Amino acid sequence: MQFFIDLLTVSDSTLRLATPLLLACLAGLFSERAGIFDIGLEGKMLAAAFFSAAVAYTSGSVFLGLLAGIAASLALSILHGLASITFRGNQLISGVAINFLAAGMTVLVAQSWFQQGGRTPSLFGGARFESLDLPFAAALEGVPFLGPIYFELISGHSILVYLALACVPASWWVLYRTRFGLRLRAVGEAPEAVDTAGISVIGLRYSAVMICGVLCGIAGAYMATALQAGFVKDMTAGRGYIALAALIFAKWRPWYALYSCLLFGFLQALALRPDLIEKYAGFQVQVQLLDALPYVLTVIILAGFVGKAIPPRAGGEPYVKER
Amino acid sequence: MQKMPAWADIVLIPLISLFLAAAISGLVILGIGENPVAAVKMMVSGAVGSTYGWGYTLYYATNFMFTGLAVAVAFHARMFNIGGEGQAMLGGLGVALVALYIPWPHWTVALIGCSVGAAILGAAWAYVPAVLQAKRGSHIVITTIMFNFIAAALLNYLLVNIMRPPSSMDPATAKFPTSTHLPTLHDLLTPLGINFSKAAPANVSLIVALLAAVFVWLLIWRTKLGYEIRAFGQSESAAKYAGINPVKITVVSMLISGALAGMMAINTTMGESERLILNMTEGAGFIGIAVALMGRSHPFGVVLASILFGFLYQGGAELALWTSIPRELIVVIQALVILFTGALDNMVRAPLEKIFVNLNRNKG
Repeated sequence: MQFFIDLLTVSDSTLRLATPLLLACLAGLFSERAGIFDIGLEGKMLAAAFFSAAVAYTSGSVFLGLLAGIAASLALSILHGLASITFRGNQLISGVAINFLAAGMTVLVAQSWFQQGGRTPSLFGGARFESLDLPFAAALEGVPFLGPIYFELISGHSILVYLALACVPASWWVLYRTRFGLRLRAVGEAPEAVDTAGISVIGLRYSAVMICGVLCGIAGAYMATALQAGFVKDMTAGRGYIALAALIFAKWRPWYALYSCLLFGFLQALALRPDLIEKYAGFQVQVQLLDALPYVLTVIILAGFVGKAIPPRAGGEPYVKER
Repeated sequence: MQKMPAWADIVLIPLISLFLAAAISGLVILGIGENPVAAVKMMVSGAVGSTYGWGYTLYYATNFMFTGLAVAVAFHARMFNIGGEGQAMLGGLGVALVALYIPWPHWTVALIGCSVGAAILGAAWAYVPAVLQAKRGSHIVITTIMFNFIAAALLNYLLVNIMRPPSSMDPATAKFPTSTHLPTLHDLLTPLGINFSKAAPANVSLIVALLAAVFVWLLIWRTKLGYEIRAFGQSESAAKYAGINPVKITVVSMLISGALAGMMAINTTMGESERLILNMTEGAGFIGIAVALMGRSHPFGVVLASILFGFLYQGGAELALWTSIPRELIVVIQALVILFTGALDNMVRAPLEKIFVNLNRNKG
């Protein structure tokens, strides 16, 4: 019984921790499927985290905060689009620049606005996303086995968690069942073919980059206004890179993105509860090993030892119209 | 036909990009309610106004020379080594192992030994991503990012659980023996009659960094290997036709790159802290990217850009100390430099090329 309860707690925090990874991973999915590599996921999340927390604190409304976070992330997305689509610069270098820009600017602006050493004041009340109780959750808690699962695991998350989960089938549908999705995937594989068909490569790539911006914005806002109560310096702590790793792990497919993000979220949840591993596995696992595991797994996948991860063919290459 | 004279490419474009980055940084300072002119004055006096300031500026510059050269060598083979941070951490580990477990009679031999240790472990950390890129086609940018995180976790584990002396609480190794302590610029310059600040951390590693720059210049432009690296970077298919082995070039240039990044540890770990600490890289692995981009991957440019960034780093520290502008201002400036000299290069280049083409047409 204790095992069941522990399992539920860990699953619960897995879901919580996987949410920002999932949103950022799907963000990267849209961008990279359209042929724009994006290692600036981290920076966009960080900027969104700060601006959502700052606006939510000042206005008292978490939804205004969410919008501000999305706007901040979109602004960086447009910058990335300008550099990598319009000016045909190096997409990787642009991503690195965006990460540093966000890391520096958030602290600078936070210090200037709130004078608390690069953080926002703590959020409370309407400035945070409350956890949502699904219907009958409390009433059904007594039902053996299924009741606690419904009450602990499925109910009681912020709305953004459910939104992130809903984004998975939505992304799948957009990418594989709509004309826009077909074109978007085509532009990442063979932009010249899309161009020949008379469709704007630049337009498609910009829209992919914008979708990426919106999703990263939600991810960042979730970090600062739902998972935690406020912004602290460098609070994304490499999650943008883990999302990137999850994207490769998922081989650029939406449903697999969900699974890999849940796996990496699970590793993060375990890292918070090393006592549970010792209790059930019977041996001590170093926290640092759990920290490093997502990256190690990704390298193994990249090395092609467990199936081959093949990125979109035109990824990373600016498109130059033939003359 | 050449669109632009060489001087415009080498001098004018970086200067314009730098100017743009500086202008926006100025706006940022204004935006957070501070005075940019006063800030620049304070940075100048703090970073180069005294031998103490110079000592810090050159200390930081030494780090950036190593990591900048590392990124530059990889750039010549058209590879983007973001792993300087992780390679430098492993370099620190190399320095610590060599300095702690081998008894050294004098700092000169210790310096050679530690340099070799740092270079070997730094290169080893670059070796795996290089082989995966060369043989398996895994993207080197992604693998080196992953290796940065793995290195951080490894260093954390080693310092907390294994290398920490039992009596101490903070995650760091024991102090290195006195015989491995490097002379600072104060020690080196006093016999020459120059009175250099005693407190500043700049040390003999600066000379090693400058030698490394000369070595990279010789390697890239005066050896067969350097020719092969450049040919491979310009066109992989042409290089293959010329009989250049792409696997070998990828691996060798990454090994050199990793070794250079690792060697920055002799400055921070051996020269300054004299023990291995958790945050031994101080972000220098990433600044190497900005430095290499600004220096146009040329060792001379890298040295100049390193000194500029050393100035920014020390000036930024002074600002953080005396005003309410946080140290992160440097991160913003660094981001803008990477953005304008790297990603938005064409934004500056394209209009300039137009101007020069028009000028030539009018002449002819």
